[in-house]
Amino acid sequence: MLNRYPLWKNLVIMFVVLFAGLYALPNIYGEDYAVQISATRSGEVTLDTLGQVERTLERGGIQPIGVEYADGQILVRVDSDDEQLAAREMLVSELGINYVVALNLAPATPNWLDSIGGEPLKLGLDLRGGVHFLMEVDMEEALVKIRDQMVTSVRDRLRDERVRYRRVEESGNDVVIELRNAEDYQSAVSSLRNQYEGYDVRTDSSQNMITLEMTDQFLQDTRANAIDQNITILRNRVDELGVAEPVIQRQGQDRIVVELPGIQDTARAKEILGATATLEFRFQDTENDLQDAMAGRVPFGSRLYDMRGGGQVLLQNRIILTGDHIVDASVGYDESNRPQVNISLDSAGGRLMTQATRGNVGEPMATVFIEFIATDERTDEGTIDFERVEEVVSVATIQAVLGSNFRITGVGSAQEAQNLALLLRAGALIAPIQIVEERTVGPSLGAENVKAGLTAIVAGFVLVLLFMGIYYRKFGMVANLALLTNLVMIIGIMSLVPGATLTMPGMAGIVLTVGMAVDANVIIFERIREELIEGRSPQQAIARGYENAFSTIADANITTLITALILFAVGTGSIKGFAVTLAIGIVTSMFTAIAGTRAVINLAWGRQKRLTKLSI
Amino acid sequence: MFQITKIDENNPLKFMSINKWTTILSVVLILLSLGSLAVNKLNWGLDFTGGTLVEVGFEQPADLAELRTVLEGNEFGDAVVQNYGTQRDVLVRIPPRDDAASDTIGNELLEVLQSNIDGGIDVRRVEFVGPQVGEELAEAGGLAMLVALICILVYVSFRFEWRLALSAVAGLAQDVILILGLFSLLQMQVDLTILAALLAVIGYSLNDSIVVADRIRENFRKLRKNTPEEVIDISLSQTLSRTLVTSLTTLLVLLVLMFFGGQMIFGFAVALSMGVIVGTYSSVFTRSTLVLAMGISRDDLMPPEIEKEGEEQDNYL
Repeated sequence: MLNRYPLWKNLVIMFVVLFAGLYALPNIYGEDYAVQISATRSGEVTLDTLGQVERTLERGGIQPIGVEYADGQILVRVDSDDEQLAAREMLVSELGINYVVALNLAPATPNWLDSIGGEPLKLGLDLRGGVHFLMEVDMEEALVKIRDQMVTSVRDRLRDERVRYRRVEESGNDVVIELRNAEDYQSAVSSLRNQYEGYDVRTDSSQNMITLEMTDQFLQDTRANAIDQNITILRNRVDELGVAEPVIQRQGQDRIVVELPGIQDTARAKEILGATATLEFRFQDTENDLQDAMAGRVPFGSRLYDMRGGGQVLLQNRIILTGDHIVDASVGYDESNRPQVNISLDSAGGRLMTQATRGNVGEPMATVFIEFIATDERTDEGTIDFERVEEVVSVATIQAVLGSNFRITGVGSAQEAQNLALLLRAGALIAPIQIVEERTVGPSLGAENVKAGLTAIVAGFVLVLLFMGIYYRKFGMVANLALLTNLVMIIGIMSLVPGATLTMPGMAGIVLTVGMAVDANVIIFERIREELIEGRSPQQAIARGYENAFSTIADANITTLITALILFAVGTGSIKGFAVTLAIGIVTSMFTAIAGTRAVINLAWGRQKRLTKLSI
Repeated sequence: MFQITKIDENNPLKFMSINKWTTILSVVLILLSLGSLAVNKLNWGLDFTGGTLVEVGFEQPADLAELRTVLEGNEFGDAVVQNYGTQRDVLVRIPPRDDAASDTIGNELLEVLQSNIDGGIDVRRVEFVGPQVGEELAEAGGLAMLVALICILVYVSFRFEWRLALSAVAGLAQDVILILGLFSLLQMQVDLTILAALLAVIGYSLNDSIVVADRIRENFRKLRKNTPEEVIDISLSQTLSRTLVTSLTTLLVLLVLMFFGGQMIFGFAVALSMGVIVGTYSSVFTRSTLVLAMGISRDDLMPPEIEKEGEEQDNYL
């Protein structure tokens, strides 16, 4: 008998190997030092910016290797890290705060490869250096705010409709309304029914009580929104840090992962990311006396607040507006060049502001800045307990009925205006966050890890190749060819799969795969040897060796694949990297060790009719 | 052609004749491991306990005693200071503190070091794991192990037979216990990478036992005159060469990882090397002994779809 593969099988194998090889190719071109320019919220990268960047670099005497403009970003490639730093400094001072200028490494992949989607392996933080944060969002705080807003809203509505109530209070996530008599009860029911989305109205006519119950759906949406808003805000804050390829994504119910490659100054990163705050606009209570309140006689419906920079002020309990309606806040100057803070609100915020200010022109309105500072305590559920620290940062007189856009004047110096604007923007974060996990890898350790990993892969590889060549001779060489192909395929597929990053344990996974990938060939070759000993002809021995070994190899690999999948499912970060590498390695090694070696063996020996001996 | 073992159906190596001794050995080793686990406990790493870890590189070999004094004087009396890899690399560990502001400990520690130590320090690594997260990671890790073992039990029962499946999983349990025992005895840190290594060991060791189980099944069907003990001896002899070659190549690369892979991979490589050795032992002796003890017979391994499998193979090859 002869061992031959049909042409199509050979072609498929060749195609698969070439395909993976093609996508592994970008990894040999390395990376250029680069500076990446993108816009913050208020800026925009245009062709003008491109011209500006080019002129700046020319003036600074920097000859870039290339300047690219795509997807609203500019990428400047330079020769050395010195030039990279110099270019960044120049561009930062030239472009100002509306742009993010970040240091980056840009793959030097040739255009033709780039255009078919070829890119080098993405390295994990443990290999390229950087910070990994896991942050927890305090959902309870978001809910407290919603409950407050709800109570205010119900009270306002009833007052507008001239319905007198005994009490409107929160109870858990629900709002309980108690009326004085059946008549009020009836009008309250009709005025509240179908007014509040996300709440079910439950009535109890015997006690003149109405309960607005928060629906589960609404609760879920609230959680999702709190996370989304935090992610958006974190993105904007990360922009301030100037990071090239940040990862900010949700993990689980109430956590957010932030990965900042290349960031070294973790203290600053934490300060910027972790500064949780919110804002409220409230009316000043001008009817009651501040001195009385300070003496302990705080009137009902009002509260005493500390002013930033000393002093106290009496404010009404009613919240006009919370910080989550703020879309933007920036410093501007009026006609006489005095600084002011311009604020824009979303449409709902604009409506609230109009409603609240309509009858109150001439009244003072205060801006309360609320920070959440982590305390030593933990709540019953084991989450961190935040202390709420409230401070009035500005009191201004309402000059007209306000809408979505208004300004606060008389804020003092330009620096103070700047601070207020910053606080207003920061206050848009509705649910506070806390870092619950941090992993920072310095650049030197990252580079060392890459070196160590590569050394291990190469050395392990050489040893296995030597062993196989000596032990199985020519067949061993075929297995070695398969092993090399396997390595190329792992790299090619990992480069191709989005989200697959190479980590240190991932490199260990590759080394391990090298050790284990020969297993399939060992099983096959041992089988062939057995068949030869049993007296079969070489061609028969080859055929039967592969045949008998197949189900064993498949079973063995499928179980390993199961463990890899479980690792992927429960693992985080670098462990996931290991699982991905292992899983890809198992699949590619089965392909190269079974189909790949068979194709080569068939081509080399399968056509010889008078084959009497095998070099195995 | 040279070979580690000669395959001879009529004169196989008598593995099962010494199974009394290997059983005693297994029991002793397991008891020792469990004893060490009970007495010494495991040295849980940061991933599971929570806390802060800072790795810094100094320009000159670091004076650990001086470092400790500096740290003690700056409210870091609970810090554990040790060399890591070289004399210039120092690892400082702070146990989890019971205040929520613990996420800044790493930065505070670095400030103290920077202002008190002459010459520049290079921040190599900072890790902080909140106690909550640590607990979750430990839970997830334990769950992963359990799920892996159960999935494997189901798959192997489905593909082979319950006795083989049960013995395979029992072997895995032995592997895991012995490795953890060693880690407890040597007080090596058990962190997430060790967990990954344990799962990889499970995969590897299973690989071994499936190759053996496959051969046992095949031989039970083929060799109708031999006793179960003889069939197992023959199967083990036939697969011994493969078992040793694969273990050897894997050990080769693991040794390379141990020596060249850097500190972060060292524990991983140790756990896996140990796993390869123990796994080889358990797939040759422990599992076969268990299969025999559970009274496996030819009838148990005679599923109806033998021929069908042969056909499938042709299609794949």
